[in-house]
Amino acid sequence: MKRAFTLLAVLMFGIIFARMVGDYSERQSVSALAEHYLSVVPQELGAPNVVTGILITFRGFDTLGEVAVLFMVAASVGILLASQPEARQQKELTEPEPRRPSELVQNGAEVILPLIFLFGAYVIMNGHLSAGGGFQGGAVVASAVMLLVLAKPSSQLHHGFLSITESLAGVLYVSIGILGLIFAAGFLDSHILPKGDFGTLFSAGAIPLISTLLGIKVGAELSVIIDRFRN
Amino acid sequence: MGLPVSHILLATGFLLVLIGMWGMLKHRNILRIIIGFSLIDTGLHIVMVATGYVTGHTAPIIDKALGIGDATSRAVDPIPAALVVTAIVIGFSVTAVMLAFAIRVYDAKKSLSIDALTESKW
Repeated sequence: MKRAFTLLAVLMFGIIFARMVGDYSERQSVSALAEHYLSVVPQELGAPNVVTGILITFRGFDTLGEVAVLFMVAASVGILLASQPEARQQKELTEPEPRRPSELVQNGAEVILPLIFLFGAYVIMNGHLSAGGGFQGGAVVASAVMLLVLAKPSSQLHHGFLSITESLAGVLYVSIGILGLIFAAGFLDSHILPKGDFGTLFSAGAIPLISTLLGIKVGAELSVIIDRFRN
Repeated sequence: MGLPVSHILLATGFLLVLIGMWGMLKHRNILRIIIGFSLIDTGLHIVMVATGYVTGHTAPIIDKALGIGDATSRAVDPIPAALVVTAIVIGFSVTAVMLAFAIRVYDAKKSLSIDALTESKW
């Protein structure tokens, strides 16, 4: 009976979705706002990647809010998973030795781990030139931390270091925003630094700097969240 | 020409949403429900990106293949892509908090089935 209802609900949603897909006609031109972004981001901000330009400059305040959301998640997961010391001691006494990671994971991590960190740094630094950016690179770095935790369960992440890095990146992020308020048109305006040559690493004003800070902050926050789930 | 790209993407995204919905409604295990939620989330992201596609246009990144001048006439809509980053972060955050709650529920009830939580039913 219950199964039939579930099937019915999913089927009806399926019909709605199928009709939506059937009636959708592919767009033939971009909207006026998108046209504005596509012309303003490369010409006035000097960033070849339009999406990063929108994320870091036009929606910079929103991006700051997203990082704040990640911070709150790290904090709330920490509160939820904080176990009492006596409970943890008892757990250590009663639980058997955890299973060791397999040979494949251990050896693979040794080879791949530096490459993943390098790739994360590359994605963060080249966010304004090619596909990528602070968020994406930060997630790549956090995935490397995940692999580290899987391959070496005994390794301890330095929470103090991570939280100091993360707070410092956040403070610098906001200060750059305030500098934009003083020296340029508004909060997080990237015109506080010279535009530079189009398509080179140090170009597009403050966008690479903001992107790097964002990457560091996101990477540190995601690593803290991953580490909280370990205990 | 075959099927338009955005239709394929929309169909894939909605299919993922349906699979996730089925998983959420059918299973009693909290972890499986969370996986169902993640599938719905991912499917909606694909749907959102699909709505930004413009026939025959390319990625909104200026390089040798796409000059500054013809960016407006040859690039896809960058706005859905920028919005999806927000959606991904929120989805990740919700999933992380749900998993943390699942761990607490397991600690309290020694079970991951939602049938163990009858007192929170209305």
